[in-house]
Amino acid sequence: MSLLRTRELTGFYGDFQALFGIDFEISAGEVVSIIGSNGAGKSTFLRSLVGLNKVSEAMVEFDGKCVGGMAPYDIVKLGIALVPEGRRLFPSLTVEENLRLGGNPGRSGAWTLERIYDMFPILAERRKSPGTALSGGQQQMVAIGRALMSNPRLLLCDELSLGLAPLVIRDIYGSMPRILESGAAVVVVEQDIGQATRIADRVYCFQEGRVSLTGASSGLTREQISDAYFGSHH
Amino acid sequence: MTTAAFVVERSTPAARAGLNTGLALIIAGASLPLWAGNDTMITLVEFFYFLALAQMWNLLAGYGGLISIGQQAFVGLGAYSLVVMAVFGGVNPFIAVPLAGIVAGVVAWPSARILFRLQGPYFAIGSWVLAEILRLVFSNYSALGGGSGISITESVSAIDEWWRDALSYWLALAVGAGSMTAVYLLLRSKQGLALTAVRDSETASESIGVSVGRIKLQVYLASAIGTGIIGALIFLTKLRVSPEAAFSMEWSALIIFIVIIGGVGTIEGPLVGTILYFVLRNFLADYGSWYMILLGAIAVIAMLFMRKGIWGWFAQRFDVQLFPLQRRLTIADDKAPSGQPSDTQKHD
Amino acid sequence: MINILDTIMQGLLLGGLYALFATGLSLAFGIMRFVNIAHGDFIVLGAFASLALIQWLPMHPLLTLLIVLPALAVMGYWAQRLVYNRTLGRDIMPPLLVTFGLSVMLQNGLLEMFSGDSRRLDAGDLTTASIDLGGGLAIGVFPLITLVIAIALLAGLQYLFSRTAIGRALRATSDDPEIVQLMAVDSRKVYGVAMAIASATVGLAGVILGMTKAFDPLLGPPQLLFAFEAVIIGGLGSLWGTLAGGMVLGVAQAVGFRFDPGWGILFGHLAFMAILLVKPQGLFPKTRD
Repeated sequence: MSLLRTRELTGFYGDFQALFGIDFEISAGEVVSIIGSNGAGKSTFLRSLVGLNKVSEAMVEFDGKCVGGMAPYDIVKLGIALVPEGRRLFPSLTVEENLRLGGNPGRSGAWTLERIYDMFPILAERRKSPGTALSGGQQQMVAIGRALMSNPRLLLCDELSLGLAPLVIRDIYGSMPRILESGAAVVVVEQDIGQATRIADRVYCFQEGRVSLTGASSGLTREQISDAYFGSHH
Repeated sequence: MTTAAFVVERSTPAARAGLNTGLALIIAGASLPLWAGNDTMITLVEFFYFLALAQMWNLLAGYGGLISIGQQAFVGLGAYSLVVMAVFGGVNPFIAVPLAGIVAGVVAWPSARILFRLQGPYFAIGSWVLAEILRLVFSNYSALGGGSGISITESVSAIDEWWRDALSYWLALAVGAGSMTAVYLLLRSKQGLALTAVRDSETASESIGVSVGRIKLQVYLASAIGTGIIGALIFLTKLRVSPEAAFSMEWSALIIFIVIIGGVGTIEGPLVGTILYFVLRNFLADYGSWYMILLGAIAVIAMLFMRKGIWGWFAQRFDVQLFPLQRRLTIADDKAPSGQPSDTQKHD
Repeated sequence: MINILDTIMQGLLLGGLYALFATGLSLAFGIMRFVNIAHGDFIVLGAFASLALIQWLPMHPLLTLLIVLPALAVMGYWAQRLVYNRTLGRDIMPPLLVTFGLSVMLQNGLLEMFSGDSRRLDAGDLTTASIDLGGGLAIGVFPLITLVIAIALLAGLQYLFSRTAIGRALRATSDDPEIVQLMAVDSRKVYGVAMAIASATVGLAGVILGMTKAFDPLLGPPQLLFAFEAVIIGGLGSLWGTLAGGMVLGVAQAVGFRFDPGWGILFGHLAFMAILLVKPQGLFPKTRD
């Protein structure tokens, strides 16, 4: 049985329709990538899953229950966490306060402050700094840690590599095995096709608000993905 | 596949009917002193000055985005300008009324320099501080009567009573109709377009070369000048000026009520609101505090549930505009004359 | 010389009262960018609530705080949840005009219930006692207590914001009301809590006002202006700046009053305008980015 499934999910970005009937699913423990160019609707899709964008009830099913339209502060308690695009740390909170607030949903599980610090030791050193005083990569670690603190069953990551140097990106993705160890399923939104196929079991390509291609990452050729990414007439 | 032509039009049938009715009303209204009773004239004078005050606040807040709760600053300045010019300077009071607008403008200009440093909501309270400063200055200025105020009766007593009433009335009519016309023409002009752009998005306006600061300053000055003239007129009919009355918070309260209930950001709104205010006042003014509580409650409810007021709701429901500001795109059918080439754009 | 010292001291003490007035206004703006035009009227409501309690059951005005504070907090919470939250958004007009309407309603409601007479909360010797500092200088006990209360309040809020979970949620919601929801925080409820805290400080300000000077139903608007001026002079969003702003305002008023009793408040307003002209960000602008 799938952990999360969407049916005919539609969504709007402001006044514009950004998603036109997305069918998507992910099983427990799985890693799934969503690739697509800017404006393909990837972020809108993730926002819809956590309740930041309004959808109708039946469009999102999590753990066998329809959760579409629920408020974001309730959805997170069910075990869906988002690392938002652009990290969105709270500037007036320190690193540690950002992380502690992430634990506010009160779900018990493997992730604690100590384990986050263990995974990203640099954060322990900078625990008293304001979240936004850190480098981009360190901020991304805080954002991931903050999401993990809710002990999610499904972790959604929106463009983790955005604006980061290749070495830093490698470090960030290096934490993926430990995240999976905790039993969480992971959705990774990426523009970098190589990165996306490397870490994921399966791939979805979004193009102009629709799923243009899906399949196991090992079974898709680079040409197929490239066509689905840019459109076949490219 | 036929090509549809889009015609840009501004005038609407309702607007033409409205313009004709308006003109007829003004002409009929001007003859009123010849045949109407004193009570009617007094009520209408009040009606016109509330309409004009509302229109000035609407220009400032509804179009300029400058929400002031200190318009009484300029009502009072107008009133005291009248006192200085007519009582001490010997100027004919009816000539002093328009001149009072200049005084208000002269004070408004440096004030704007300071108040514009306050962001959005804080500008509102800052504008109130300005009104309080003026109230306190005039309260402490004994040559102008200090806190107990001063009478202007002697400066008008030389004028024959009938002429005095008639002139006041015509002035009020001119101010009321003039404020509507002035705001309408302003909004139709190039300045008006820039103003609307600023209201919709300040950042976007800056990016297309509109100077937001200058536009806002112009609106603030225009509204201050207009309100100053109205203030002088109000106290010309009241014959006595005191700081408490001239700089009273109640002016702002009533103006804001009128505009909110009528429809903020529409030209018709202040007119509808003024009519409604007079109807309510006629029936309920005897209830004192309860009446004010009711006005406050209506304003709160309107702001929560009917943000564009009665006129906004009505205009949307029935697609009516008496003072057309938008340029509308309508699809002309093939048989219709295509109009001026500059008005028609082919779309394929 | 003594006169000058005395004037400045009276002004500084008055600053404590103004800091009390300003705290709630500053909190509501700091957390939800909400400016309550009825702020002063709620302060006066606090004073009248205390008066009504005393009339019903004679007691010391300070004891009424036990009821007035929670009552205003509950009222503030629901006002935020049911009314103010509906007005928040990009457009600044709805919150301003809704609270402006409330201001008119409160003033006239109080007039209807309590008439326009001037009242005072009688606290006996406490409000008349003074400490002789020698050399002709004396300071009132109650203004001193007020200043101490203001400092304690600001210190307490500082602690609440920096050290507690609720403070963390309040700051996070102020930073990013959308993303904070992903931390299981309902930002609308947090706004309610923020307004409850702000309203409790308003209740405190009201009772102290009632003990300090005579009040009537129409006294709200001037208190709003004092609170506002203290906030702007101190620097938006700075808690301790509020106290400094209140003191600058208090000293300006005391100096004006020394020249002519009619000039006290006028001097305060003029000092506000002058500071706005030379230091528009206030004396202690928030430096955090």
